[in-house]
Amino acid sequence: MKRRIPTLILLCAGALLASAPASARAPYPDDPLASPMWQAHATTIFGDDPVRFDPRVKVAFPEIAENQRSFPVALDARGIGPVKRMVIFADLNPIPIAIDYRPKAAEPYIATRIKLDQRTPVRGAVQLADGQWLVSGGWVDAAGGGCSAPPVSRVKGDWAQHLGEMRGEAWPAPGANGGGGVSRLRITFRHPMDTGFVANIPTYNIEAMEVRSASGAVLGDMDIWASVSEDPAITLMPQARAGETLTVEGRDSNGRDYIARVPVSQQSPMPLAAAR
Amino acid sequence: MILSRRTMIGGLLASMPVVAMAANAEYKIAPVAVADGVWMIHGDDAPILPTNGGAIANIAIIATPAGTVLVDSGPSLRYGRALKTVAEQVTGKPVIRVYVTHLHPDHGMGIAAFDPAIVAALPQTIGDMQRDGRGFADAMYRILGDWMRGTELLLPGRRIEQASEDFGGRTLRLLPLSGHSAADLALLDESTGTLIAGDLLFHDRAPSTPTADLAKWRQSLDALKAVPHHGAIPGHGPFDPSGGAAIAQTRDWIDWLEASLTEAVKSGLDMVEAGNIDIPPRFAGMAAARYELQRSVSHLYPGLEAALLPRVDIQDR
Ligand SMILES: [Zn+2]
Repeated sequence: MKRRIPTLILLCAGALLASAPASARAPYPDDPLASPMWQAHATTIFGDDPVRFDPRVKVAFPEIAENQRSFPVALDARGIGPVKRMVIFADLNPIPIAIDYRPKAAEPYIATRIKLDQRTPVRGAVQLADGQWLVSGGWVDAAGGGCSAPPVSRVKGDWAQHLGEMRGEAWPAPGANGGGGVSRLRITFRHPMDTGFVANIPTYNIEAMEVRSASGAVLGDMDIWASVSEDPAITLMPQARAGETLTVEGRDSNGRDYIARVPVSQQSPMPLAAAR
Repeated sequence: MILSRRTMIGGLLASMPVVAMAANAEYKIAPVAVADGVWMIHGDDAPILPTNGGAIANIAIIATPAGTVLVDSGPSLRYGRALKTVAEQVTGKPVIRVYVTHLHPDHGMGIAAFDPAIVAALPQTIGDMQRDGRGFADAMYRILGDWMRGTELLLPGRRIEQASEDFGGRTLRLLPLSGHSAADLALLDESTGTLIAGDLLFHDRAPSTPTADLAKWRQSLDALKAVPHHGAIPGHGPFDPSGGAAIAQTRDWIDWLEASLTEAVKSGLDMVEAGNIDIPPRFAGMAAARYELQRSVSHLYPGLEAALLPRVDIQDR
C-alpha cells in the first residue's frame, strides 16, 4: 500500500551521518538556504525527478520557535496545479522527514507540528502531477532538544491512559478553489511519538494516516515520522460536503490502529477562518 | 558550570537568534523616582535580546529607614552588581532585602550578586526556580552569551510566609498571588500606596504566558484592583501613575487572547494561522504584541484544542 521513502538518520548530538550515497545524477539546483544536507536529502527524496525552488509553494511557520518540541508548520500549494505528493522536512533534524502526504482528492494543504533538534532549514517539497518537485522553506532558529527530550506524557507518566484518543472537527471550507465541495479537517491524536533518542525509550510513533470518504474512497494518505510532535495535530482539506462523514484511520509502529469518524458540519467555519 | 548541557524547559526563551556579543558590555541602569522613596528602573520593552542584555524587566528600589529594598534583580550577575551599586548610590543605604516576584529569569537571575540570606520569595517560587532554573539559565546563556558570564544559579534563602515586612517603620505588604506563574508576589508600599506588581501587570507591552493560568491571573487582577493604591509599577512597560490603567489593559489583553484563540480553535485554524490573526487597533501601542501572541499560541493552543474539539475516535469496532 505504501511506498515509504527511506529515512535518513542523523545523530541527535549534531554529528551528521548521512546514509545516502552521493548523487551521480544531474546536480540539483543550488540551495538558497545553503544547507549542508541539501544534496543528501534531495538525493533521498527526489531521486531522478526534476527539482526547482519555487516561492509559490508556501511554507508558513511562526517567527519564533517558542517550543522546540512542537513547532507549527503549514505547507500550502493551492493554486499551482495538480499535486501528488507533499513532504515536510527539516534538514538538520535527526529524523529529517516529518510527513509525506499524498492528497488524492484533497486540496494540496497540510499543517502540523514538528520537533526541532537544532537550528535548521524547514522545508516543504511538492511534487506536481508531471513529476517535478517544487521546494520552498526557510531557516528556523531553535535551541534544540526537540528530538532528544522525553515527551511530556512520558515525564508525567500518563501517556498510556490517553493513548489513541482522537479529537477533531471538519467544516465546509468556503471560497476554497472556487468554493464548494472542500472541507477543512482538523484531527489530533494522543500519542507519545517517541523518537528513539531518549534513553530506554524505543521508537514508537504513528506512522501512517489516511482519510476516506463515506463511500470508502481514499481522499488523502500519508506517512508520518517520529519527528512529528507528541500528540500529533494535522489539518487537511479533503473534498467533502457538509453532512458527509469522513473516516480517519491511523496506524502506529506497534501495529495499533486508530480510527475516527468526523462529520463535516453544516456551518461554515466562523468568520475568523473565512476571512483568511 | 551552567552551560555544560542543553536542557529544554518548555522552550521558554530558547528561540532567539544567537549573536556573539562584545565582552564586558555594560548595562545602563537609570532609576526614575515614581513616589517618595520609590524608584523604578524601566526595562527594555522588547524580547530578551543580545542588544539589551536581557534587561527587560522593571525593577523597584525602595528607601527604608532600615536600608534599601529591591524588588527583582534583573537577568544576570553583571546586572545585579550594577543594580546594587546604583541603588545604594540613589538611597545612600546598603541593600538589605531583595524580593523575587516570580520564577522567570529576567526577574530573578540577578540575585547571583547578592547574599541568598537577604533574598526572599514565595515558597512555590523557590521550588519552581529549583525545578526550572537550569533550563532557564541555559536559554539565557544561549541568547545572551557574555552578558551572563559568571551568573550562578542561586535560590532565594528566605521563604515569604508573612503578610508584610517592616523596615524600620516603612511597611511593605506582601501579596501572594498567581496566574502569570504558579506564584506571583505583588507588594504594596503602604507609606506611598505604590503597588509593585511583578508580571501580574504589563503596561503598553504585551503580556507573556509561558507559565500562565489565565483564570487565576484574572482573580489576581481583581485582587490587585481591590487593594487601595495610587501608582503601579508593572513587571514590564512604563510606570502607571493611575494605578488602574495597567490592570485594565492586562485584563483586556488576556481576555482578548483567550477569546481569540478559542474562536480560532472553533474555526479550525492551525497554530500558524492562529499566530497570524489580526491584533485589534486598541493594542497598537503595545510593544511585542505579535511576538507574544505567537508565543501564547504555542503555550495555550494544544490545551484549548483538547478542551474544545470533540472526541471522534471509535473504541468498539
Ligand atoms: Zn514573567
